[in-house]
Amino acid sequence: MASITLTDVVKKYGDGYPAVNGVSLDIKDGEFVILVGPSGCGKSTLLRMIVGLEDITSGELRIGDAVVNDKAPRDRHLAMVFQNYALYPHLTVFENIAFPLRLQKGKYTEEQIKDNVEFAADTLELREHLDRKPANLSGGQRQRVAMGRAIVRDAQAFLFDEPLSNLDAKLRGQMRTEIARMQRRLGTTTVYVTHDQTEAMTLGDRVAVLRKGELQQVASPRALYEQPVNLFVAGFIGSPPMNFVPGEVHGDTLRLPFADVPMSDALRERVNGRGLVIVGLRPEHVEDVRSLDESKVASGVTFEADVDVVEWLGSELYAYIPFDTHADVAQKLEELDRDLDGEGMRTQVVVALGSESRVRDGSHAELWFDPARLLVFDPESGENLTYDEEAAARVDAETEEDRRAAVERAQRDQKQSETAPRHRQAG
Amino acid sequence: MGAATALTGKQKVAWAAITVAVLVWALFPVISIMATSFKLPSDLNSGSFLPTTWTWSNYEQILGPDGSAQELFLSSLRNSIGISLIATAVSSVLATLAAYAIARLEFPGRKLILTTALGVSIFPVISIVTPLFNLWRSIGLYDTWAGLVIPYLSLTLPISIWTLTAFFRQIPWELEQAAQVDGATTWQAFRKAIIPLAAPGVFTTALIAFFIAWNDFVYGISLTSTEAARPVPAALAFFSGASQFEDPTGAISAAAVVVTIPVVVLVLLFQRQIVSGLTQGAVKG
Ligand SMILES: Nc1ncnc2c1ncn2[C@@H]1O[C@H](COP(=O)(O)OP(=O)(O)OP(=O)(O)O)[C@@H](O)[C@H]1O
Ligand SMILES: [Mg+2]
Repeated sequence: MASITLTDVVKKYGDGYPAVNGVSLDIKDGEFVILVGPSGCGKSTLLRMIVGLEDITSGELRIGDAVVNDKAPRDRHLAMVFQNYALYPHLTVFENIAFPLRLQKGKYTEEQIKDNVEFAADTLELREHLDRKPANLSGGQRQRVAMGRAIVRDAQAFLFDEPLSNLDAKLRGQMRTEIARMQRRLGTTTVYVTHDQTEAMTLGDRVAVLRKGELQQVASPRALYEQPVNLFVAGFIGSPPMNFVPGEVHGDTLRLPFADVPMSDALRERVNGRGLVIVGLRPEHVEDVRSLDESKVASGVTFEADVDVVEWLGSELYAYIPFDTHADVAQKLEELDRDLDGEGMRTQVVVALGSESRVRDGSHAELWFDPARLLVFDPESGENLTYDEEAAARVDAETEEDRRAAVERAQRDQKQSETAPRHRQAG
Repeated sequence: MGAATALTGKQKVAWAAITVAVLVWALFPVISIMATSFKLPSDLNSGSFLPTTWTWSNYEQILGPDGSAQELFLSSLRNSIGISLIATAVSSVLATLAAYAIARLEFPGRKLILTTALGVSIFPVISIVTPLFNLWRSIGLYDTWAGLVIPYLSLTLPISIWTLTAFFRQIPWELEQAAQVDGATTWQAFRKAIIPLAAPGVFTTALIAFFIAWNDFVYGISLTSTEAARPVPAALAFFSGASQFEDPTGAISAAAVVVTIPVVVLVLLFQRQIVSGLTQGAVKG
């Protein structure tokens, strides 16, 4: 196990396009880091550079203390799970998992190989499939074989490239928790590429958000959600995505298309004379006034709106409210939407209300939000004017603490459940 | 098998009838030749399908130490085997390299190679035989093994390149990278992850190439004049009967049976590989 350090890593493909552009990332020993970003932002490229399948155009990559820029994949001792699993179709499940061990000539005896493979197979519940060929397995089983091949040897780190994207939703959920559990127990440094929101938020200790080859922000999932540094991160993290509306500054008030919001001194200072800003409001931060008590209503801003469409999902209810956008920010928002692989212009606000809400298609709703939770962005640079560095650092520190506790607990449980001593390591 | 795929009685009968018809259609000539090869010369025109008395005399004639056609047949058999094997080996190696490059590398002229190969393969053999005959005579390749191996390559290479390119395009090359990450050297990755997948395809293609060379008649008869290089299909025409007044039909039939046997044996032996070579697909489901 080892740390992985990237310093100003750049990847230019043959056509000169910088697929990865100046990425610096410090992955601690035993940490679980997620790489997210829209399609084509360079996630796979970055992962393949770490594992050694792509040359690094410039910058430095360290594994542990050693610079490995020019090392062959086999000398980096990393294990990777490919998006399409890349199992060897001519080998049985047993031989697939044993493959990395057999390549280290003389290091393992036949018995140790058998032992290690069976240990991995037990961990992944593959015991009864060891004699089968990959072609005869289900998608989830193949995925587990690919993971077995990764965990069977003592790799410095695990690299996953969208390992769950070929599975159906239910299996994806199961495997997600399985991966989380396994990583905690083994305590191996892990880099995990995904563009799935849920995987990014639930699996990682830290999440790195990439956009067009550039790193936007690296933080704990909670810090990303609460303190995004810019429009892109704010729009990327969260589901349904954050609403962005134009906000005109009129003296002490911020005029949104549907409500006027009083500005605090701190906010006014940060807005710093701009006449127009982009305001972000998370769907889940809006509530139905009828579901609140009066004291709470008084503490925030209420507004009335005509609801266009309602989606009832059982646990929640999404209401869509159209609004007229402001010409000056329309272009910026459109561009953002394209970056985020969006499907159209967002000239509607989505609000997530409690499922007991009586709001229906076409009804006139009275809604409420807390202005302190609004995020305010610069319309030119997209920078988050309300970003609070201290709060972000605090959240990160808390998450780090939680993680340590979780790792300790997982490893303690592991020791207790281990009855017979295993010879995992070759002599 | 589920109920949906089970055949009804009527369908079974229909399928059986079709199968029998196809079998008769395909096997009748073969069986007829086999039957003829066991007939005595006097029996040839008797009109009965099976020999009235079974005899090995035709086989003795082509294989036995005192057989009248023995020298002719054995030398041509040697030529056929040698020339076909060399042509197959050369075309397999060249086609494998070419197909690997076409399937894996980006280079200008990839399309051109494939279209040229196709063009060569649809060119009628008979139209180049005469020029080739003249050319070979002037440069001394006439009636040599090399003089047949080269035109055979023009038959076997295009089809080999095409089948192998199609096959190599299906191979999940990512496996090579996976193997490298698993700790293999470049060569090990190729040998342990790619060759096992590519081998059935190369093998199947080689077999097809061998049959093409083995079965050729036009080049064989036109570009040879002596036992130095004449292959079996051409040599059959030069068989003569035991006496001047005897028909060599029996001996020709026996020779035909002998040269058909290796083909049948090869196909039966490698049936599984051929099928898997033609159907083995990617990993993802
Ligand atoms: N072999 C290559 N040659 C040239 N450009 C490439 C190559 N591979 C990737 N790219 C480019 O590099 C960029 C990043 O690609 P990459 O595969 O890393 O994206 P990604 O973030 O993994 O996307 P996805 O989520 O779709 O897998 C893309 O713009 C792509 O066009
Ligand atoms: Mg990718």
